[in-house]
Amino acid sequence: MSLASAEEAPRRRWIFALPVVAFVLMAAGFLFGLDINPTVLPSPLIDEPAPVFELRPLPGQPHGFSNADLKGHVSLVNTFASWCAPCRMEHPVLNKLAAAKRVPIYGIDYKDTGEAGQKWIETLGNPYAAIGVDNGRVGIDWGVYGVPETFLVDRNGRIRYKHVGPLSEADIEKTILPMVARLER
Amino acid sequence: MINEIGHFALVLALFIAVIQSSVPLVGASRGDGALVGLARPAAVAQFLFIATAFFALMHAYAVSDFSLVNVASNSNSTKPLLYKLTGVWSNHEGSMLLWVFMLSLFGAAVALFGRNLPPALRARVLAVQAMIGVGFLLFILLTSNPFARLFPVPVDGNGLNPILQDRGLAFHPPCLYLGYVGFSISFCFAVAALLEGRVDPAWARWVRPWTLAAWVALTIGIAMGSWWAYYTLGWGGWWYWDPVENASFMPWLVGTALLHSAIVVEKREALKTWTILLAIIAFSLSLIGTFLVRSGVLTSVHAFATDPMRGVFILLLLSVYTGGAFVIFAIRAPSLAGGGLFAPISREGGLLLNNLLLTTAAATVLLGTLYPLFLDVVSGQKVSVGPPYYAATFIPIMVPLVVAMAVGPLLPWKRADLWAALGRLKLALVVAVAAALVTLVAAGVHSIGAACGLALAAWLFVSTMVELAERVRLFGDPLGGVFRRAWRLPRAAWGMTFAHAGIAVTIAGITGSTFWTAENIVSGKPGESFPIAGYTIALDAVNEVKGPDYNATRADMRLLKDGRLVTEMHPEKRFYPVENGNQTDVAIRTNLLADVYAVIGDPDGKGGWVLRLYYNPLVPWVWLGGVAMALGGLISLSDRRHRVGAPARRRREVAAAVVQAAE
Repeated sequence: MSLASAEEAPRRRWIFALPVVAFVLMAAGFLFGLDINPTVLPSPLIDEPAPVFELRPLPGQPHGFSNADLKGHVSLVNTFASWCAPCRMEHPVLNKLAAAKRVPIYGIDYKDTGEAGQKWIETLGNPYAAIGVDNGRVGIDWGVYGVPETFLVDRNGRIRYKHVGPLSEADIEKTILPMVARLER
Repeated sequence: MINEIGHFALVLALFIAVIQSSVPLVGASRGDGALVGLARPAAVAQFLFIATAFFALMHAYAVSDFSLVNVASNSNSTKPLLYKLTGVWSNHEGSMLLWVFMLSLFGAAVALFGRNLPPALRARVLAVQAMIGVGFLLFILLTSNPFARLFPVPVDGNGLNPILQDRGLAFHPPCLYLGYVGFSISFCFAVAALLEGRVDPAWARWVRPWTLAAWVALTIGIAMGSWWAYYTLGWGGWWYWDPVENASFMPWLVGTALLHSAIVVEKREALKTWTILLAIIAFSLSLIGTFLVRSGVLTSVHAFATDPMRGVFILLLLSVYTGGAFVIFAIRAPSLAGGGLFAPISREGGLLLNNLLLTTAAATVLLGTLYPLFLDVVSGQKVSVGPPYYAATFIPIMVPLVVAMAVGPLLPWKRADLWAALGRLKLALVVAVAAALVTLVAAGVHSIGAACGLALAAWLFVSTMVELAERVRLFGDPLGGVFRRAWRLPRAAWGMTFAHAGIAVTIAGITGSTFWTAENIVSGKPGESFPIAGYTIALDAVNEVKGPDYNATRADMRLLKDGRLVTEMHPEKRFYPVENGNQTDVAIRTNLLADVYAVIGDPDGKGGWVLRLYYNPLVPWVWLGGVAMALGGLISLSDRRHRVGAPARRRREVAAAVVQAAE
């Protein structure tokens, strides 16, 4: 330590307190963050009619997906993308649900190329009654923040429930299927 | 009985840690040699008791003692022994025990091998380390006891997530923790230096080997993790910018900065407070990673099953350690400042640039990781931050870093001539431009990104080799002299050469895998053949086979090139009945330049199976580069000045200039 720097030091003392200030702000963020469950999302669209949309099909598929498909029966609308890792975890659960034939599942291939979406279902199996490719515009109308998200739509085409993140078998058993049963009554 | 011994050993370790964290500090401030001397045996005893607890838990896993909740929920009697043992750290409680085990291991290592440290400094380092131990031992004993009993005792356990049953993954957490926890030593040295009010070149020389050891472990840990993701997740990717991956990457970036800034403290007595700050930040980021993974504030595929109480506890620990260290820093660091002026174009100037870019990169990753959480807290909005963000922010920081990295080692200390240094890199520039042109010609004009990536890799690699060649005077001197000089080169210089060359190799690997991966996803029956990037894969048969604790669908494939057999490949799709889960076993054929990667998927319902075939050029280089970096770290770790704590003895035969350049 030179003499000069020791004299200089007090003037810039506050700089050395910046890390602790930054840390306190971050820790406060963490503290409030603990109260938030990252998997629960409020959706302003709950009990609102599903948006009007018409999505193009995957290459090689005869038809896409539009809100006409949702009329007259309870349905699940699942957003996925080939670039989404949690969607891969979720996919076998959807396959199983589709095999049980309790409720039709519709897919929105979100911000994805149709070719990648087509490969996705060829590889992992296709649980969907219909799939539409979305460049992101329709996803905004649905209020999609990140994939995967799944919406439960009643027979009048109203969004009744939104699940964020991959669906687990427990979610299906404990939440989705009971709600489907209630909406079908 | 053994379980109870383990539990009690943990409690005893806590009491020892309490003593170790207080008595030596008092001794160091009073100059009482007896109290100071307590630190070493206490650190060793703490390690022995925690080791007892750790091996007690391992024993419970080995003998499948399902009377422990932890064993019953994470193991199963049918598991192969290896996966029973690695099950110890596959879960929250066991991995925390591994964490404190590593912590006490480092403490004991400082106590045993830090003989050249002044006793007061060593006592303070060990005391600060014991403070961390106290917090985490309390955390384990109060919220996450791995020795909790279960009654009635179940007949068998729930098993281990199939995705974790893998030889590579078995050793990924220990390496990663060795890295995370290793930075605690740098942290303790920093806090001890602040308490003493003294940072000098000797301090930098003591702290550097511990930082290096942690950095090497972390490098291997991260590389293993991404390699594991590559060969088990089954879609050819190897890095996802997942919050948990980021949690390990941020300490690595800051730790890398710390390694470099410590050199400046050692050689030039500059950047002292900055180095102290980096040491605190590197370990704090490890703690933040622990918090993010275990508190449930972020969603991630890796996150442990969470409990809000644990989140609050870890946040408390994080606040005490990081907040406390920053407060001491705010109070003490101003009086440490000094020696901060130097020419921007010089070795130290280059290292400062390295530090600024690396910490900015770490801040970028931190922002991307925490932004969704903080936005949610402030406005209730939910967003996800994905690879496009990192591509747009991280890469623009890395490019100048790599460009400068080639030049830095050629700059002398104090004052340098940038143009002269660049002049010595003409060859590197020519090779880089040639690499870009060849890429553009061979792969087409649209592959401009790949051309830039390979040019960057070539620039760095050739520059690193030029630096080495100049240092040993490869051209112009008889070969004998070259070998003699190469042999006498400081190990730290060799370490740098390996590590920098490793970065170049990794960049080439990243470039290849980003731009040139080819895939062929087909539905095939036995007897059919499929092309993939000049190879042919013949599917001969698909059989059901039985493993120790799984059933698998196994494909017999032949990989052919121009009709000649290259190798046989056997991808499997495994089903684990106990855990009710599937796992992909990828078949990979590598020639170190490219991988052929085959996965068998589900039956297509028409008598065939879905096959995913990939050709991943240069991907092995991602990890080869990582190995070279870790090797560089190890070589540097063996440098004489770390072992004896004294600068290298000058030898008469070696030209003084060589020594100077080396230092």
